[in-house]
Amino acid sequence: MIEYIIYKAILVVIVFCITLVAAMYSTYAERKIAGFIQDRLGPNRAGPFGILQPVADGVKMFMKEEMIPDVSNKFLFILGPSVAMFTSLMTGAIIPWGTSLTILGHQYSLQVADVNIGILYLLGITSVGVYGIMIGGWASNNKFALLGALRASSQMISYEIGMGLSIIALIMTTGTLSIGEIAAQQHGWHWNILYQPLGFLIFIICAFAETNRAPFDLPECESELIGGYHTEYSSMKLGFYLFAEYTNMFISSAILATLYFGGYNMPFLGRFVHDPNMLALLGTFFLFCKICFFIFVFMWVRWTLPRFRYDQLMNLGWKGLIPLAILNIAITGIVMWITGKI
Amino acid sequence: MERIYLPAIFGGMIITLGHFFKKKVTFQYPEVKRPFAPVYRGMHVLKRDENGAERCTACGLCAVACPAEAITMVAAERKPGEEKLYREEKYASTYEINMLRCIFCGDCEDACPKESIFLTDRLVPSDSLRQRFVYGKDLLVEPMEASKRVDISQRQTKEVLEFKKRKELQHNRLK
Repeated sequence: MIEYIIYKAILVVIVFCITLVAAMYSTYAERKIAGFIQDRLGPNRAGPFGILQPVADGVKMFMKEEMIPDVSNKFLFILGPSVAMFTSLMTGAIIPWGTSLTILGHQYSLQVADVNIGILYLLGITSVGVYGIMIGGWASNNKFALLGALRASSQMISYEIGMGLSIIALIMTTGTLSIGEIAAQQHGWHWNILYQPLGFLIFIICAFAETNRAPFDLPECESELIGGYHTEYSSMKLGFYLFAEYTNMFISSAILATLYFGGYNMPFLGRFVHDPNMLALLGTFFLFCKICFFIFVFMWVRWTLPRFRYDQLMNLGWKGLIPLAILNIAITGIVMWITGKI
Repeated sequence: MERIYLPAIFGGMIITLGHFFKKKVTFQYPEVKRPFAPVYRGMHVLKRDENGAERCTACGLCAVACPAEAITMVAAERKPGEEKLYREEKYASTYEINMLRCIFCGDCEDACPKESIFLTDRLVPSDSLRQRFVYGKDLLVEPMEASKRVDISQRQTKEVLEFKKRKELQHNRLK
């Protein structure tokens, strides 16, 4: 029992650290990719190729003066970024980072918690995530922050429906809510993207909206809302909000890779590598490659597309994605009925 | 088809990906400096001849040509024994250019019959006092040492030299 707790504790700490480091270097990657797409070089002064830039940014954030507006609700003002950060880190628990390692005859799964309702947990946590933004925006007692918070909450509520419906079609084909099992089912070439291309498209669009990334970054919207919900924030509390966004992006990429792109599975890998431990580690490596690819796509899209207008956003969510997701469910059902899977 | 945006979005993403791999235009400034255009007109220099004597004879043509009236000078007569310092019998004892008035048009350079004043690729540094922008001979005349001479070969092109020989132009006739 004690051994089990230690193993889980170590795994939790590792996942926690990897998530934070990944989010940290996402900020660097974002600036670098933005630079390259705009024919610039991006940050390249702090360390070789600027790889110490996130450290420098972190030091800057900590050194900044801490400002809490007089008119704000102090408790909620501090609670906002904490909730945002907390919820974005919590989702890492259910992602299967690999199969399992065998050390001294014991099997150690590389998934912190294989909850049998993993997907529901995921949707639940992401919808709690909006409270961080809402509480922070409201507690600032500033009209721009409040507008940003309102936009964030309505946007997230609208796109959660599309996301949930697109996942339903996926659940119909996989027949399980456990993310660990969904990843295991995609062995070899049986990646879910091949069975659910439309579902994937809806899911990725909703993921963009859920993480408040461009072209759906209306809650921040510098040009009209100054900074949106984090207008009044400074120092590391602002850092937490920005960091939570990058953590969310990393987790979303991990979920996209796990649900639709085979997770830790890589075709033909088993033919070349036979040692199960090696295979598990390579699987983790390939999962991270997929995650990096999706993070790149997130940034690529951000630096390509302009921001949606608010009515366009609602139009797309309610009139575009939700009917499409329902259609996807119907098509999935019909195909499954014809092929005799129901 | 246009209503679903996706083809247009992918088109846009291909374009940005193309830019991702393009050669960058950035100059790493303190280490690498962007080369000036050969015709760049920056801070002036008063040239010396090959023996190190000042070429300027204080004729005042540059001051007349100057549209911004930035140039002032006081002429003086060369004393015996100063032949090493001044090429002509008359020279400028003070020669001042107000860099805040100067518009760097290069008319002084065209007007000069003695090939004395040239605009170079050097920049006039910023300052916090107006007075310091009035540059005297200490800043304008090039140093005596051969190694510290200011290179004006980019400005003194063949065309310029040919132009100066055209005697039908009045200012070229003045000696």
